[in-house]
Amino acid sequence: MRVKAHVPYLFIAPAVILFSIFMLYPIISSFILSFQTSTGGEMAFNGLDNYTRLFSDAIFLTALKNTFIILIIQVPVMMILALIVATLLNSALLKLKGLFRVAFFLPAVTSLVAYSIIFSIMLMNDGLINQILAAVGLDAIPWLSNPFWAKVSLIIAMTWRWVGYNMVIYLAGLQNIPEELYEAASMDGASKIRQFFSITIPQLKPVILFTVVLSTIGTLQLFDEPYTLTKGGPSDSTLTIGMYLYQTGFRYFDFGYASTIAYVIVVLIAILTAIQFKVTGDDK
Amino acid sequence: MKKNAPIRKITLYIALIIGALVSLFPFYWAAIGASNESGKMFSKPPTLVPGSSLMENISNLNAQIDLGRVMFNSLFTSITYTVLSLLICTMAAYAFAKYQFPGRKTIFTIFLLSMMVPYHATIIPLFKMMASLGWLNTYQAVILPNLAYPFAIFLMRQNLLAFPDSLIEAARIDGAGEWKIFFRIVLPSMRPALAATAIFLFMYQWNSFLWPLIALSSTDMYTFPVALSSLFGLSRIDYGQVMAGVTIATLPIIVFFLVLQRQFISGMLGSAVK
Repeated sequence: MRVKAHVPYLFIAPAVILFSIFMLYPIISSFILSFQTSTGGEMAFNGLDNYTRLFSDAIFLTALKNTFIILIIQVPVMMILALIVATLLNSALLKLKGLFRVAFFLPAVTSLVAYSIIFSIMLMNDGLINQILAAVGLDAIPWLSNPFWAKVSLIIAMTWRWVGYNMVIYLAGLQNIPEELYEAASMDGASKIRQFFSITIPQLKPVILFTVVLSTIGTLQLFDEPYTLTKGGPSDSTLTIGMYLYQTGFRYFDFGYASTIAYVIVVLIAILTAIQFKVTGDDK
Repeated sequence: MKKNAPIRKITLYIALIIGALVSLFPFYWAAIGASNESGKMFSKPPTLVPGSSLMENISNLNAQIDLGRVMFNSLFTSITYTVLSLLICTMAAYAFAKYQFPGRKTIFTIFLLSMMVPYHATIIPLFKMMASLGWLNTYQAVILPNLAYPFAIFLMRQNLLAFPDSLIEAARIDGAGEWKIFFRIVLPSMRPALAATAIFLFMYQWNSFLWPLIALSSTDMYTFPVALSSLFGLSRIDYGQVMAGVTIATLPIIVFFLVLQRQFISGMLGSAVK
């Protein structure tokens, strides 16, 4: 049976047209914008000026540093927790698996703004968390008003939101590991812990890479949480590249420079993803 | 190993129950906040039981933001987006999975690569585009930009690869046209995958914040996240009111997820590892 040659193109046409207008065109357009500056309402080329300006822009460098600190701490903490929860949930001893799975996944369906608001109220100076700390005899922590603790708050909130999401992906991976591997290891007398490091982790490597790449991309674009939870403060300690881009573009309307910041994010994502593939030796 | 089983089991349950409580507690606490007077959230000891101020908080909230209108905006944009995007992405995914045609690999690769490009790289040109079309502060500005969502195309394609070619061939021999095959044979049998993708798309649109924040300027067009954020940004925050807003904004998505969660999780489980 032969299908008329134009049929497949009709199927992809709506997607391709919309994609070209609202994705490809903006991507290219913002690349061009990143070499332009606005002079008297007109956009004019200024070569690499926007890019060189970045390196002497103290606020940008702070945002870059903050983003990386959050990335380096939050992603591994979240991955390890998600992996532990997934392993526990995959245990043959466990009943009510579905119920636990839903409980752990629920944070991942809430809007970033909604959960950030809940967390910022819980973490206020006289908020619930500090009251609990006081009840067990600990000092109150200036969660949102101290530069160090503000970052910690952000990391705690993000971890709460995303552990369940990554857990579901790991569960899928765990279910694909052949049971015989564990049986053989048990026969050889390997402990559960040993099996986890010698079978589970190596077998899950591609899935772990997938989640690390996704989380890295997500963290480099971080916007909703610091915007709601800390407003980037105190004293820019939780300002992220994503937030700085928003401020530059939509508070100061410097579209050229904002596009340059966007392209820094593009380049960072490309570099970090390439490194992650290289390190794990997976070059598919 | 056998004799340790009961202890291991108890430890396992304790660890998971603590984890689940941590996961669920913020939702509970938001609902508590929504039903108590504003100041109660900071009372000592903290209030952990429902109060009787829910209606008052909701009517205060309604005085700040037109709840019916915001709910309509959020539901309308999310449902329209989900339906259109599901159709557009599934059609494309079907072509990528089941037809051989020149350019197939290249176009699919471009879709996949675009998933690596941050959303931020598109918002400034999108804003300028919408401004020049006079579409800022409209529903189409919120709905249109991400209709061809590459991840949804990828997800559906992964699921469609498993659809048997022989069924399609048999239908062709029976004289069914390509569209009829797609709508009458393929789509009905893809219901679980469609449900998973639909929740994904609905969640994405319902929760999306940065683009609506930029594209929408008047309170009567606000979606929930934008309305909540504007409420929380006021100089004097009424916490009971804010928590009522958070609870109302979160409820539909939780209900939607709970109803379809089986398909959603199995859809995610099915596609993530291939």
